[in-house]
Amino acid sequence: MSDLLVSRRQLLEVGALGAGALALPAWARGADMHGAHIRKGFDEVSGHRIDLTVGEGIQMVQGRQGHAFAVNGSVPGPLVRLKEGQHVQLAVTNTLAEDTSIHWHGLLVPFQYDGVPGVSFPGIAPGQTFVADFTVRQSGTYWWHSHSNLQEQAGHYGPIVVEPAGPDPVQADRDYVLLLSEFTPLHPHTIMDKLKKGEGYFNYQQTSWTDDYPLDGADRRMWARMRMMATDILDVTGSTYTYLANGHGPEEGLEYAFNKGERVRLRVINGSAMSFFNIRIPGVKMWVVAADGQNVRPVEVDEFQIGTAETYDIVVEPTGEAHTIVAEAMDRSGMAVATLASRPGARAEVPALRDPPLLTMADMGMGGMDHGGMDHGSGGDMSGMDHGEMDHGSMNHGSMNHGSMDHGSMDMGATAGGAMDMSGHSMRDTSLLPDDVKVGPGIDMVAMNPVDRMGDPGIGLSDVGHRVLNYRDLVALKMNPDHRAPSREMEIHLTGNMERYMWSFDGKKFSAVSDEPIRFGFNERVRVKLVNDTMMAHPIHLHGHFFELVNGANAMYQPLKHTVIVQPGGSARFDLTANEPGDWAFHCHLLYHMHSGMFQIVSVDFPENGE
Amino acid sequence: MNRAVSMLPLVLAVLALPAAASAQEADGEEPVMDHGSMDHGEMDHPTMDHGSMDHSTMDHGAMDHSTMDHGEMDHSTMNHGEMDHSTMDHGSMDHSTMNHGEMDHSTMDHGEMDHSTMNHGEMDHSTMDHGAMPMGGTVAPSTATGPANAADAIWGTDAMAASRTALVHETSGMPVLWLQADRLEYQAKDGPDGYLWDVQGYYGGDLDKFWIKSEGEGAFGEGVEDAEIQALYSRAIGPWFDLQAGVRQDLTGPSRTHAVIGVQGVAPFMFEVDAAAFLSNKGDLTAKVEAELDQRVTQRVILQPRAEVSLSAQDIPELSVGAGIDAIEAGLRLRYHFTREFAPYIGVEQHWKLGKSADYARADGEATSSTAFVAGLRLWY
Repeated sequence: MSDLLVSRRQLLEVGALGAGALALPAWARGADMHGAHIRKGFDEVSGHRIDLTVGEGIQMVQGRQGHAFAVNGSVPGPLVRLKEGQHVQLAVTNTLAEDTSIHWHGLLVPFQYDGVPGVSFPGIAPGQTFVADFTVRQSGTYWWHSHSNLQEQAGHYGPIVVEPAGPDPVQADRDYVLLLSEFTPLHPHTIMDKLKKGEGYFNYQQTSWTDDYPLDGADRRMWARMRMMATDILDVTGSTYTYLANGHGPEEGLEYAFNKGERVRLRVINGSAMSFFNIRIPGVKMWVVAADGQNVRPVEVDEFQIGTAETYDIVVEPTGEAHTIVAEAMDRSGMAVATLASRPGARAEVPALRDPPLLTMADMGMGGMDHGGMDHGSGGDMSGMDHGEMDHGSMNHGSMNHGSMDHGSMDMGATAGGAMDMSGHSMRDTSLLPDDVKVGPGIDMVAMNPVDRMGDPGIGLSDVGHRVLNYRDLVALKMNPDHRAPSREMEIHLTGNMERYMWSFDGKKFSAVSDEPIRFGFNERVRVKLVNDTMMAHPIHLHGHFFELVNGANAMYQPLKHTVIVQPGGSARFDLTANEPGDWAFHCHLLYHMHSGMFQIVSVDFPENGE
Repeated sequence: MNRAVSMLPLVLAVLALPAAASAQEADGEEPVMDHGSMDHGEMDHPTMDHGSMDHSTMDHGAMDHSTMDHGEMDHSTMNHGEMDHSTMDHGSMDHSTMNHGEMDHSTMDHGEMDHSTMNHGEMDHSTMDHGAMPMGGTVAPSTATGPANAADAIWGTDAMAASRTALVHETSGMPVLWLQADRLEYQAKDGPDGYLWDVQGYYGGDLDKFWIKSEGEGAFGEGVEDAEIQALYSRAIGPWFDLQAGVRQDLTGPSRTHAVIGVQGVAPFMFEVDAAAFLSNKGDLTAKVEAELDQRVTQRVILQPRAEVSLSAQDIPELSVGAGIDAIEAGLRLRYHFTREFAPYIGVEQHWKLGKSADYARADGEATSSTAFVAGLRLWY
């Protein structure tokens, strides 16, 4: 451990800016930016030492304004461009009246530079400069954001692009970042407050006597009896959010230039606080070439869903004069929009929002319970299988693992109608939970049959009539280094109560387990199964590591990710080699879920001396 | 897991071998086979019949299937009936870096396969080479205990302490203050028009709250007829219900203080329920049950049926209350949500006195039932 004992003086430089700073712009001097308007979009910063200054000001989006945090004067903050193998000093100066921090989301760094106050460092006090000092060990698309006091909702985020040391397997003529986020005039604490007080506060797509939802009376009574809402897709919606593409509202005309015949790489980053987006470019095929910064075998899709904090790199070859990039919120209450334009000002039609989706049987944790209306359409055709006369008499299935079977694309949505009779099914059978889950008011549902939903394209995308990405499509481009079989499997339940707006792991808020981190031995190989006992999709993020999705891909080519969506009522598994020693945050990346308690610390042992 | 998954492709790969092997022998090369970089993509084996094959003495020793690509194979409608794999020897096979991505086994027919006499007992995997797979080398789980503290060694325990406390505070749900006027209304009815308030609020966390409630009504020109205030401690006892206990003070009529115990929450079908029992300082036991249901007509128009039943365990002549069901209120209110917090409404409410309470009312020259048309505001913060 001694090599990590670094003098604090080397790392914290207090009051770095002196008289010479007068030539700098206002944000860099730490001057009061109240009344100062924040720029949309971002500059680019690179080099051996990179200065980032956290300030605040007024953000204007399509005629609405709100208080926002701005790094280097813009929202999003600057694109941090790095090169694999380089040494970098990222110097963060806090000009706010409150503490701040920056987490380098997806970058492999020594834990003390990971930027989570209370876990990896003390935070950056007003007036201080904090220097994260490390060698870049990877390449790809990542992002940075505050881990302090809900600042991330209010503008404190930006993209990171790391160029590979060698040739990039993804060749493109244009290379762009599309960072998706939200603007709201509401203070983040106001949003938290409303979520606590009024279930469905932001949801103006609830069922009503006059809605058009394909639900019959029996369905509606079933949902009411469960005290749940079939329309509970996103907690915070377009009723307050304007969805942003690189800081621009949909009417503010973000444009990506291209010439016909060129290959365009789009690095899509979901830097929002609470939103999942469905991404499509009508008329253009997309090749997904990287997920969470890590290259994957190219997958051709028409649409993909990106969870909060995920990144996907796509390559497109636009042919028209202009194409609209649509980033529709998962609940379809709004969209972020940008344009691929072959000449300045060229525009294509912006498609209307599609009808809002509803939660399904599978989202209630009843995956596979009712097979009456199963549709195996996109999940492999088994129609000709005949197992009738197989004799398995002496076969030994002891070590078979069916965990990776794909029921994800089962379509239960449209069959929701009369087939759903929940009588006799308890939605909260706590005897199904393992002993280490604390049963209490914080759990309003237990998934009865939490099937592996890795093959699910995401809420609302199972029947859109074109090819949609799912996790099973992802295969790592290069072989993973650790081929050991996991030596143990641990199960973590995602738990919550919508009515009280409580969220936790294993029924225990962070306050109940802050002294009991999840511990791994150094270099231990563990399979982690996440079981979602709620009706919301949770993007679960582990700091400081990439884990391998157990998605049915060859064990050596399981895709690497830093964030995994666990679909409602379902489960997801990943294999982790815990080889980054130190303490790391592990949490739901929906900001207000984390804030409500869905947060834990993962503590990885330091290697023994001499190892 | 992948061992089981890869067994089937393995068998299929084996079936394809004899032709390739003989080709190699014809070239006079060593019998160590190298199938590296074979591409079986887009093979189509429909309607193959492998019946009656005998692989009993096959020896696949020292095979190297590295970098085989079976992508996009289609084995649909294969028939492996009656295969006999007994005494196969798969020793020394090397399957490292095989790629079985995107194989399609749909519509395979394994009917009539008989594996009953397979003997894998003598398979020798001892010299299998799984390339870089270090199957051993299991690392023990951490034996460390206690709080996470790695950052203390870098930044100092004191420097970390405040941020640790703040993190726990910030990420576990902070206390909430909620104030609601469920009904602030004007009542038009026979005789002088009246007014009514029904307000409540809490301060606290997810499970424990301090709760305050007040209800009252009166007639214009006649002062407040009936008013009370309650102060309660509230504890979550389930996902949807709180248990509440505390005191109630009557603000009108004969001085009364009550001990209160009750439950409040959301019942199945989304009924908001508040039920409480009251024991007064005079020893009188009474109870009140309220239920209301918000029915969304549109996203902003809400129709709310509401009912309230008052009960008494004994006659309380002083209060004109009879034992049994004392009174019933039923109301229907239609409100419009300008915002979630600000919603004016109109409605109608019916009030009945029952049993002995009705007798008391008649004796006092009062009506035993009354109808009011109401207009009011529902507000919360």
